[in-house]
Amino acid sequence: MEQSDAEAIAQIRAGNTDAFRVLVERHSRSVFRLAFRMTGNQQDAEDLVQETYLRAYRQIRKYDGRAAFGTWLYRIAANCSLDLIRARKRRQEQQTSVDEEGQELAAAVSDAPTPDRLAFSGELQSLLGPALNQLSPTERMAFVLRHYEGMCIEEIGQALGVQSGAAKHSVFRAVQKLRRVLEPAVSTGRI
Amino acid sequence: MKHLNEEDLVLHYYGEGEPGAGEHLKTCDACRASFESLTLVLRAMDKFEAPEPLEGYESRVWNRIAPDLRDARPRGWQLVRLWLTPRHVTAVAAMAVLLVAAFLAGRVSQQHQQMAGLSGPVRERIMLVAVGEHLERSQMILVELVNNPSTGPVDITAEQRRARDLVDENRLYRQAALKSGDTGVSSVLDELERTLLEVAHSPSKLDSEEFARIRERIEADGILFKIRVVGSNLRERERTPQAAPAGKTL
Repeated sequence: MEQSDAEAIAQIRAGNTDAFRVLVERHSRSVFRLAFRMTGNQQDAEDLVQETYLRAYRQIRKYDGRAAFGTWLYRIAANCSLDLIRARKRRQEQQTSVDEEGQELAAAVSDAPTPDRLAFSGELQSLLGPALNQLSPTERMAFVLRHYEGMCIEEIGQALGVQSGAAKHSVFRAVQKLRRVLEPAVSTGRI
Repeated sequence: MKHLNEEDLVLHYYGEGEPGAGEHLKTCDACRASFESLTLVLRAMDKFEAPEPLEGYESRVWNRIAPDLRDARPRGWQLVRLWLTPRHVTAVAAMAVLLVAAFLAGRVSQQHQQMAGLSGPVRERIMLVAVGEHLERSQMILVELVNNPSTGPVDITAEQRRARDLVDENRLYRQAALKSGDTGVSSVLDELERTLLEVAHSPSKLDSEEFARIRERIEADGILFKIRVVGSNLRERERTPQAAPAGKTL
């Protein structure tokens, strides 16, 4: 009989590390999809999945069961994504301070096409990726959770650790920005 | 009912709007036009799809994190160690090697299958991008270590995990570079591999002196500078394929 998340968590808390595998098997694909949509990069997404699970394991005693385990895991994934994005930004700033070439390299790196990006069809790639990059990390996370994961505003608030009103505002801001960027292309039938 | 604002329209699209919104849209041309325009944009966003991980992805995630979970066990779980006799440990290690070998073999053969249908320049470009991305990731770890402001004990568990993941990849790229005669790239990848192994095999929790020694080693070898130069050359070759040395495919 398939073990529920709650049963697995109870076993982990009782000292059975292997019970954590149930949670990995059940949720890692959805966490991967979320991470990919946050980063736009397959390798970063895989790193984020691992980091998310490690943090979840360390914090498993803090999980109080008020939200579904998947929502709680998304919240950790969201924090990991924000950390990654901030680290990336910090790294680019550090490179800038090293020398002028560093700045050029940092810009080149962030714009460089990765295999994932290359695999994505040209026209869409050149429009949707940059459109999402216009969003702040919180807006992007809120939009991804609402649009792709189908979470309601209240669940998004739980995942982001904010009030529903703030979650709603983040979704609106995200959609506004996307409309601004994409509407010309949509209205001319380019996508 | 008054006109729907943008927030109302977004909520309605996602099925969380006011009950009267749908009725209003049926009778109001202006709101309906705005809603249709919003719908087109959001439907376009549906095309931003995440790739589906390969079969066995969940097991790979588990295999990668399982060793770190053991390190993070609460004190009470030390009893479990009693079960881990040398015989069990040997069996588990052998299985882990088989799993890693199977994973790497799968990756290589998959890459070959994917690459087989591509023309030479496209294949080279993909390889250049992949190696450039690998160098970027490696550089990220080393820069984080070198620039860590901590003056006390440091926990580098996360960096070590990433370094371990990069070592296998690095080996594949180094072998590919060596095979294609690109000695400049293979030599830097060789140095990088040693640095990554050193990071991966250091104790996870370092006191300030141990950490300073690792930083000094990274800086003394100049590996960061070399990575930046090679990365820059690879990007140049991406932009102008003719800049590649004759006979080099990487």
